[in-house]
Amino acid sequence: MSAESFIILLYILILASYLGFELINKVPPTLHTPLMSGSNAISGITIVGAILACNELGFVSVSKWLGMLALILATINVVGGYTVTDRMLKMFKKK
Amino acid sequence: MNIIIQISYLVASILFIAGIKMLGRTKTARKGNIVSSVGMFIAVLATVVQVEAISLIDILICVLIGSTIGLVIAFKVQMTKIPEMVAMFNGFGGLASLAVALSDFWLNTQQRNLGVDTITGVSVALSIFIGGVTFTGSIIAFMKLSGKMSGRAILFKGQHLVNLILLVLSVVVAVFALTDFTNPIYIIVLGVLALSIGILVVIPIGGADMPVVISLLNSYSGMAACATGFVLNNNVLIVSGALVGASGIILTQIMCKAMNRSLANVLLGGFGQTSGGGGTSADGPQIVVKEVGVEEAAQIFDSVSSLIIVPGYGMAVAQAQHTIRELSELCEKKGVDVRFAIHPVAGRMPGHMNVLLAEANISYDKLIEMDEINDDFANTDLVFVVGANDVVNPAAKTNPNSPIFGMPVLNVEKAQTVIVSKRSMGKGYAGIENELFGADNCLMLFGDAKQTITKLVGELKEI
Repeated sequence: MSAESFIILLYILILASYLGFELINKVPPTLHTPLMSGSNAISGITIVGAILACNELGFVSVSKWLGMLALILATINVVGGYTVTDRMLKMFKKK
Repeated sequence: MNIIIQISYLVASILFIAGIKMLGRTKTARKGNIVSSVGMFIAVLATVVQVEAISLIDILICVLIGSTIGLVIAFKVQMTKIPEMVAMFNGFGGLASLAVALSDFWLNTQQRNLGVDTITGVSVALSIFIGGVTFTGSIIAFMKLSGKMSGRAILFKGQHLVNLILLVLSVVVAVFALTDFTNPIYIIVLGVLALSIGILVVIPIGGADMPVVISLLNSYSGMAACATGFVLNNNVLIVSGALVGASGIILTQIMCKAMNRSLANVLLGGFGQTSGGGGTSADGPQIVVKEVGVEEAAQIFDSVSSLIIVPGYGMAVAQAQHTIRELSELCEKKGVDVRFAIHPVAGRMPGHMNVLLAEANISYDKLIEMDEINDDFANTDLVFVVGANDVVNPAAKTNPNSPIFGMPVLNVEKAQTVIVSKRSMGKGYAGIENELFGADNCLMLFGDAKQTITKLVGELKEI
């Protein structure tokens, strides 16, 4: 990776972190558990890297096996995380 | 083609941000979660189109396996067990990041016999390290929360020194791994060291501090994803990882503040073992409590015009939330103003109590946070404490020798009358006497919360 692209990624990291702090500070305590399970699902974004890692041919490749392991785990995170968050938020009702 | 993929990743990032923003309001929260999941779907789609057709079947199989497991867990998990589930998912996220970074490193150095540049190499090492610590740390947190392992802090001599040595070793091994690509042993040792550190840093932390730990591990799982984004030069991983990392850090701070502990104090561990010893209970004044029967309690409930219910985790353990909803509805019918006061650490993770009460069909606008309701106790006729102890202990405000001194607590003792539903005179997790129970305006309603409240509701119906 060139120094230029590293700096761009660093910009993205810092701006996104700042945005994250601003946004999440406004989330009321009532919603902290769904926030955490929802962000759990978002951290499953590694699924993108896992899919690319599975793009190796042949099952003799260590990289491929690692990619497949990552893909299963990240999918559990994504699917499980979003589903359970929805299940919780469905219960929040105002009478 | 490449530009379309990059724009799809950008759209996915925007949807994650918009989703989290919507998650900040109860009305829009559910939609926000869906918006975020659409973002994920777009990101996955934009990635799948990049792979060779022949790999698609393997990918599909993995996705099917993962989806099935995810769906089963998500639909089956009980709301009381959400903290365990979140802990486990944090771990999966960490291990996934570790595996992706290692896969990429292995491909370049072992299979293609290429090297990696320093920036990528450092990112790989960070990914593996943070991912590994997150994985085993989360598994220990999961086992402590689910009772598969004792919640007690496990301490041994020289613990911190061992951790420090392992940390230094990790740095050394990482340097070797990045200078000598031909030998894969270094990167594997780095992974093993990270996994060991994950175990060692969580075992000294007591079960009651797990809300802090899972918040922190949540943050780590985001940071691991971020590091993997640097490995793969992928923006969407960095944006999402940063959002999750920030979220976890904020929740960690909130939990620490609610327990009046510094993060360092929690992480060094051993709380409840060193502080809440026999000293305070033996030397303290004997507390004389006044007991109240169900009938008499019902009379009191019938005579008040304002009621604040203070639920603690003991309520969830007794599965009393549904009977409490019945009680609150009954009181409302009688014209009583009923509200719930929620302490930030009332449950086993941030916001847990709100989910438990929402599941019992209690309207969320009745659930009031500590800071908002604390001034109202003084003009409240009756406070009903169910399964809560340390969070209503006035010693946190008055007794500088108390281990929980300085912890923000609910001012329940200021109300006209306080009724405490409690199984027995047991102590809270801090192992200290609760002065509230001996106060003049406090009445104890002993017995299993679910049974006593059911009886109370029965009595109240007859009045």
